[in-house]
Amino acid sequence: MKDFNFAFLDEGSKRAIRRALLKAVAIPGYQVPFGSRELPIGRGWGTGGIQVTLAIIGDGDVLKVMDQGSDDSVNAISIRNFVMACTGVRTTTDSEAATLIQSRHRIPEIPMRNDQILVLQVPLPEPLRMTEELESVTKKMHAEMDYAIMWLALYENIVRVGEIELGADYPVMVEGRYIMAPSPIPRFDNPKLHMSETLCLFGAGREKKIYALPPYTDVRSLCFEDHPFRVEDMSGRVCHLCGARDVYMDEFFDSASGDRLFQCSDSGYCEKRRRAASHE
Amino acid sequence: MNEPFALSLEGLVVRHGDACARCTRNPDSFQRNRCPDCGSIWAARDISLRVREGEILGIVGESGSGKSTLMRALYLDTETVSGSYYLKSYRGGEEDVFKVNPRKRKHIRDHLLGMVYQNPHSGLRMPYSSSANVAEKLIAAGNRSVASMMGRTNSLLTHIEIPINRVKEPPRNFSGGMQQRVQIAKAVANNPPILLLDEVSTGLDLSVQARVLDLIKRVQREFGVTMIIVSHDLAVVRLLADRTVVMLDGRIVEQGVTDQIMEDPQHVYTQTLVNSLL
Repeated sequence: MKDFNFAFLDEGSKRAIRRALLKAVAIPGYQVPFGSRELPIGRGWGTGGIQVTLAIIGDGDVLKVMDQGSDDSVNAISIRNFVMACTGVRTTTDSEAATLIQSRHRIPEIPMRNDQILVLQVPLPEPLRMTEELESVTKKMHAEMDYAIMWLALYENIVRVGEIELGADYPVMVEGRYIMAPSPIPRFDNPKLHMSETLCLFGAGREKKIYALPPYTDVRSLCFEDHPFRVEDMSGRVCHLCGARDVYMDEFFDSASGDRLFQCSDSGYCEKRRRAASHE
Repeated sequence: MNEPFALSLEGLVVRHGDACARCTRNPDSFQRNRCPDCGSIWAARDISLRVREGEILGIVGESGSGKSTLMRALYLDTETVSGSYYLKSYRGGEEDVFKVNPRKRKHIRDHLLGMVYQNPHSGLRMPYSSSANVAEKLIAAGNRSVASMMGRTNSLLTHIEIPINRVKEPPRNFSGGMQQRVQIAKAVANNPPILLLDEVSTGLDLSVQARVLDLIKRVQREFGVTMIIVSHDLAVVRLLADRTVVMLDGRIVEQGVTDQIMEDPQHVYTQTLVNSLL
């Protein structure tokens, strides 16, 4: 007999999390509270995403775990090893081969399909927190759709600096109803959420919240009529490894030559392109 | 009731604290507005008001008499025990505004009412720019164009004599008089038919006070706004108000045409008040 249940959590816990997920899918963009379980990883290290993954993973799933686009960061490797050890599922770095992708801070470059699920780790699920610190108040603001303060913060930014300075975690309006934090993905990834074919699940373990975007959900980044939403400008940047353009790039400097280099942030995508090129 | 009242309030009761059997059964059994048994404060006791369109109603009374409580109730800012409230601008005064759902309440506050608080800290977001403070009302009313909002806020702030090169500054950098003027600009941003002014000129020096009062007169003339003005300064009320209501311990003790109240006060408290006027 094994010392732990399939996918680590007991069946009761998994069912409770799945119930929260069902509610989240039923009310897109609404933050559903859930009883965040203890894991052998500290809260704030992706435990929300892990619990969602553990609650929905099955025998036949193929898992990919990425952290800021990379399959090879310590965090991604630890989480992948943990889920693998307690489920025995196959894993991959190829986003197209995966059925389930858990990610921190990025959405894969290759558009995901309807038969895949994306799980995003969320540090701060409440988009209104930057303007209001009390949970009792933000809950009421969501209930009454009282979002003037959020727009006001963006307006103030434009008045002071001439543009909206938010980078990652740029707030979105879901189905014209709830303002939602898309987790700290770059603005570059925000448009991928709009009318996405894929079910996106968001888990915040420390803050004990789960929310979701079912496939084909209307997701708009907040903007003004005369200040349209802009993504990070990647024009003119070419990946020094695979030659890709128009994808989200990491920038770094060669310590020997001092050259400024760009590299695909999505390492699985970059690797796949290089493999395809070498087969030609 | 065929007369076109812009605002009418019937039997408003506001209480702070859990009432006990004694004060619920007989709230008139004690002297002031505090129940000696349970300590509940009956801040507004059966207040009824009617204000005609374009009229300025003054409310006077000593501190603690329930003036601000009444104003907060009129701005839908506080829980009420009982009472009904009708606005001509909301469904022709057919529906009790105290009973509407939170979404509609927000709509009424954003479109039909403007409020200037006694303390600018209650009415303004001090860390935000003055421009954004005024724009908040426009945003709440659904405006999503930065250029049009900037145009409107700049013209409003110029109108109330805030120099154009200071509109990006937060109100906390401003003097008390300027803060009050920013509050007024914010309150009138959406051209609400009703404006509630709670001690707007209190604590300001006389020359600034004169300019704020002048501004209120101008707003009333230009936009034909219905106003309720609270003040413990009889001179202010005498200058602005067509009719005056005198409050004491959460009740209206006397009301009438302002001149009449000033020249021929009937209630003992009003007599004391008028006689104390320097």
